[in-house]
Amino acid sequence: MNKRTLATLALLPIATAAAIWTAPAKAEDVTIGAIEILTGPNSRYGVAIKNGFDLALDEVNKTGVLGGKKLVIQYEDTAGNKDQAVNAARKLIGIGKVPLLLGPTLSNEMFAAGPVANEQKIPIVGTSTTAAGITAIGPYVFRTSLPEGDVIPVTLKAAQTKFGIKKVAVMYANDDAFSKSGYDVFKASLEKLGIQTLTTETFGSKDSDFSAQLTKIKSLNPDAIVVSALVEPASGILLDARSIGLDEKIRFIGGNGFNSPKLGDIAGEAADGTLVGSPWFIAKADAMNTKFVADYRAKYKDDPDQFSAQAYDTLHIVALAIDKAGAAEPEKIKAALQTTKYTGVMGPFSFTDNRDPADSSGVVVLEMKGGKFQILK
Amino acid sequence: MFAQILQQLPQQLLNGLVLGSTYALFALGFTLMFGVLGVINLTYGFYFTTGAFLALYGTKLLALPIWLALPGAAIVTGLIAVLFDAALLTPLRRKKAPELASLMVTLGATLLLYSLMTATFGTEIRRLPPAVISHAAIIVGGIRMNWSQILIMGTTVAIVAALLALIRGTRFGLSMRALAENGEAAQLMGVDTDAVVRLVSLVSGALGATAGVLIGLNFNAIQPYMGESMMLKGFAVIIIGGLGDIKGALIAGLVIGVLEVLTAGFISSSYKDAVGFILLVTTLWFRPVGLFGRAPVKRA
Repeated sequence: MNKRTLATLALLPIATAAAIWTAPAKAEDVTIGAIEILTGPNSRYGVAIKNGFDLALDEVNKTGVLGGKKLVIQYEDTAGNKDQAVNAARKLIGIGKVPLLLGPTLSNEMFAAGPVANEQKIPIVGTSTTAAGITAIGPYVFRTSLPEGDVIPVTLKAAQTKFGIKKVAVMYANDDAFSKSGYDVFKASLEKLGIQTLTTETFGSKDSDFSAQLTKIKSLNPDAIVVSALVEPASGILLDARSIGLDEKIRFIGGNGFNSPKLGDIAGEAADGTLVGSPWFIAKADAMNTKFVADYRAKYKDDPDQFSAQAYDTLHIVALAIDKAGAAEPEKIKAALQTTKYTGVMGPFSFTDNRDPADSSGVVVLEMKGGKFQILK
Repeated sequence: MFAQILQQLPQQLLNGLVLGSTYALFALGFTLMFGVLGVINLTYGFYFTTGAFLALYGTKLLALPIWLALPGAAIVTGLIAVLFDAALLTPLRRKKAPELASLMVTLGATLLLYSLMTATFGTEIRRLPPAVISHAAIIVGGIRMNWSQILIMGTTVAIVAALLALIRGTRFGLSMRALAENGEAAQLMGVDTDAVVRLVSLVSGALGATAGVLIGLNFNAIQPYMGESMMLKGFAVIIIGGLGDIKGALIAGLVIGVLEVLTAGFISSSYKDAVGFILLVTTLWFRPVGLFGRAPVKRA
């Protein structure tokens, strides 16, 4: 075999792949756009989201939308760059003529790409954008992910009813925007629930010694300690609490930063009993979730995470809305989204008038046991 | 309120002594390097990290007990420090480059080394195996402490004593003091200054590593940038204590640690980090050479 044949043969699979990749959607297909981080350091999130979309897409296309038409997703990669997110939105709207956009992955990408879609009057649905102010971009911007402000009150309420918590100490990192905004939510919902705050202690997010704050808290005898922090200082606090001999009955209640398997890895036994709220949990026992987890594992040989679950539900919601709209037209889909109701793996879902998720009853409260999270019983 | 303060006070004082000992332990090698070699060597934070990582892998992969892993990590890091000093600073010394040049070289080297470590190990926090040291509490008169805390306080005091004996009581210490005073004159008097420089680097690197292992053990968090976050406090300690002053570093470290903890415990934790730096500014205001420092010509 001469060199040229070899080279041609080597190119063949690439050419085939390219042919499949660029195969134009058939006229009767309904093509929507998705802008996600598919390469680079944050691609873990974007790929999990894409997997969730694709899994739901298979299910939707068993019957199709709008009376049997195939739903197609055209993906654009941002690599986590907000300028690329803007270009992706322009490309999908201008050249792809899509009637709806999914994504982008990060809140700051949404702040860049959302205005583009809004200006062009194309509905855009974020599945993982939890920052405050996302839907305030404009009337065409929707999101399906619960903001942290909706998760924390559920956690505190569960702690109050289950363990009769009346007085707490609060700790947060005062040099980190994420921890501070979690603290603001904690403060507001503690007041609302009538739980007394004995003291509020701060620390630096790079600190490794929390013994002074914890010794003070110990002397005040709280029922629980509420902490808003990223996972590293959070683990340090749990370890220090054990070493200063804080009563093991005093529970730690964490914000979203605690919602990470790393907490158990770093803090080990010291993390036992910690409570945290999460919009979704892999071991949620309802039939829909068990099927989702099993199908996901079968298709991707990997466990789904919160991002894939949110994407999976979102695609079902969007498909329902397109059906309801009766045509693949942006205005009609926008109106239909507003009234779509759906119950998925995250629980019951509908949009508020401000296009945020209306229902937080799907939030599960998790408890750390033996270094692993499980559902609080 | 008052009873509550009294109830907390003994434990908070211990917390302060432990924290202060970590600051002092960290600062000892740093101040020695400065005192004798006259260089603010920023790679010191890297030796701290290296020591912790060596002990981590020694205990994890080779299953060494901590009493072997600690000196092992200290010696290896000490040798690395000698190498870095020879590669980075000796050429500058030969050329009699200004102090700023040495500072810049070590700054560049440190940034490079941290980036390499991050690329190799990632920034996630690692723990020493739980079996390395017992974290069980020892309760004495209502005060709780554990073995790693006792080890930190004990080691700090022992190292200070050993360093003072070395500097004041041995011939080698005399050479060190001579070098600190005036390198050229020392050389003319027959002191092998290159050997002294190597030995001081070895000892400082080993001290940095020891601090890294013990502090990593106590806080149970080892990651590449752990040295960098200690550096700022380390600066405050050696400046307040007097640049190059061993006893000063010990006292300044303890004072900052205790004041920080008392501030967090009885005033507000928001001011905890400010304390050290307020102390730094006030000290420099009234005594520009530090609490224990003498006129600049008589360091160490």
